[in-house]
Amino acid sequence: MDLLTLGIVVLIYLLLVLYVGYVAWKRTKSSEDYMVAGRTTHPYIMALSYGATFISTAAIVGFGGVAGVYGMGLLWLTFLNILVGIFIAFVFFGKRTRKMGHNISALTFPEFLSKRFDSRFIQYFSGLVIFVAMPLYAAVVLIGMARFVETTLGLNYNIALITMAVIVAVYVVFGGIRGVMYTDALQGTIMFFGMAFLLIATYWLLGGVVHANQLLSGMASMIPAAASSTGSTGWTSMPILGSPFWWTLVSTLILGVGIGVLSQPQLVVRFMTVKSNKELNRAVLIGGVFIAMMTGTAFIVGALSNVYFMQHSGQIAIQATGGNADTIIPLFIATAMPVWFAYLFMITLLSAAMSTLSAQFHVQGTALGRDIYETLANKTGGSSIMVARAGILIAVLIAVILGFILPANIIAEGTAMWFSLTAVAFLAMYVCALFWKRTTRQGAIAGLVIGTVYTVFSFLFINQKAAAALGISQALTGKVVLITTMPWPVVDPIVIGVPLVFIITIVVSLLTKPPSDEHLDKCFKDVG
Amino acid sequence: MDGGVIVVLGISDPWISAAYIGCILAMLLCVVYGIINWNKGDEDEGGQISEEISWHDKEQEMEEKELGLWDEEG
Repeated sequence: MDLLTLGIVVLIYLLLVLYVGYVAWKRTKSSEDYMVAGRTTHPYIMALSYGATFISTAAIVGFGGVAGVYGMGLLWLTFLNILVGIFIAFVFFGKRTRKMGHNISALTFPEFLSKRFDSRFIQYFSGLVIFVAMPLYAAVVLIGMARFVETTLGLNYNIALITMAVIVAVYVVFGGIRGVMYTDALQGTIMFFGMAFLLIATYWLLGGVVHANQLLSGMASMIPAAASSTGSTGWTSMPILGSPFWWTLVSTLILGVGIGVLSQPQLVVRFMTVKSNKELNRAVLIGGVFIAMMTGTAFIVGALSNVYFMQHSGQIAIQATGGNADTIIPLFIATAMPVWFAYLFMITLLSAAMSTLSAQFHVQGTALGRDIYETLANKTGGSSIMVARAGILIAVLIAVILGFILPANIIAEGTAMWFSLTAVAFLAMYVCALFWKRTTRQGAIAGLVIGTVYTVFSFLFINQKAAAALGISQALTGKVVLITTMPWPVVDPIVIGVPLVFIITIVVSLLTKPPSDEHLDKCFKDVG
Repeated sequence: MDGGVIVVLGISDPWISAAYIGCILAMLLCVVYGIINWNKGDEDEGGQISEEISWHDKEQEMEEKELGLWDEEG
């Protein structure tokens, strides 16, 4: 790839995105315009905006690379992404969230939970969890971009990271922060075509769907000893049930992200911006196809890259990249695909990263400004602008710093950690808020606090990969993890955490005074 | 058939082929649901429009006042 050509392509792309954002914003400035536009807004916009925010470079580069190691078993995650992340999220959660969010005038996810349970504590505590933990997720999205630039351009990783951070920061500052839905939709469209081409080209290159899959099946004996000794059986077969490989694949990668999507703050907000249930119904169609194409392609291509690398370099994918799963997809694009596609894929990844990062930074800014500062200081406007802007700046800086210090093979792991935390901390409270009127403030708070503490404790002291990376257990106790009996070091906190927090929320709710009918009537007006 | 094992799409482990086909079926579920309900959910509940306007205005206000966005010319 040529740096100058790439620079021109990226510049044209950025101008296009900013132009679409500007036009869309101009058109929907007043409430009246908004209603007219709203009634005629194509569900395509909503669905692709949600999809583009959901799917980032972490999903494409990170999880695609992980599929190069774990194989097509990861397609269970695609299955959950479609069924849970789109169908259940839109049909069962989206409609209620939209209506209830309007009833109680909530603008952020923590505010939604706080107003539903009439507790300011919930708002600033949730805001704090988001503000502290989300930089990890933002960092791995940036890393995904930087790894691609590093591999395709042969640019130094650190320079690539800073360049990408600057591009995204400029985009965020110049109005893209809310990921104006139209620019999201434009980015989603680019992502869709980029990934569709990648899927078709990969199967074509390897001789068709059945032939390519058969070739990959035939490589089962080539899995490295380190993987087979922990339970891997090949790229087209599930690992041995209960083995460390199986636990990581199923509990961390598949369940963590597959279930965790339901309580993602940056996605829940999307439901409240929807104008009617009709739009959500239609968005199910578009969203389902979009997500299937995004993660399905990433995981299938990631797995099949093994066939390509074996044919051309005599090595499996993880060996061809020198042991870093994060560079499998970039290396595959750079070596197997035509040069013009590498440029297109760069734009695809920029789209994926920008749409997700802008939503992440927005959520972090409002978490600090609205959810934490305003709630604690009891002030609105004025000084909280400065706090929110400072929040965004801090969030960007932390993400970049983390991008420098995080190790290789981190993208999928980092994403999964964030999804686990949000699932354990927020999912029970969110589900109960929508579906169970008997839930009390005390029940919600108990679940939130215990879920957060449990997950953080697990990552620091129980979960092998996270604890080893963070090193706090080692420093305090001299041991990497406190429990070494299998399978605990490889079980994701979500497996115990989500059921545990549901039980706590329900039991504490039943033991405490139910909320007033008046409050419930307000929250549930016209809901369901 | 391959040695008594049913091979689907070149994949012999039923757990993997099930995931592969499950993705396609889940996608079709979304497509069918979307088509069937294409025009549903539009019934105008009383006050919905004004309620949406007020939510949107509040959101806009948050964007302007708290994030300092769009504050130049409106």
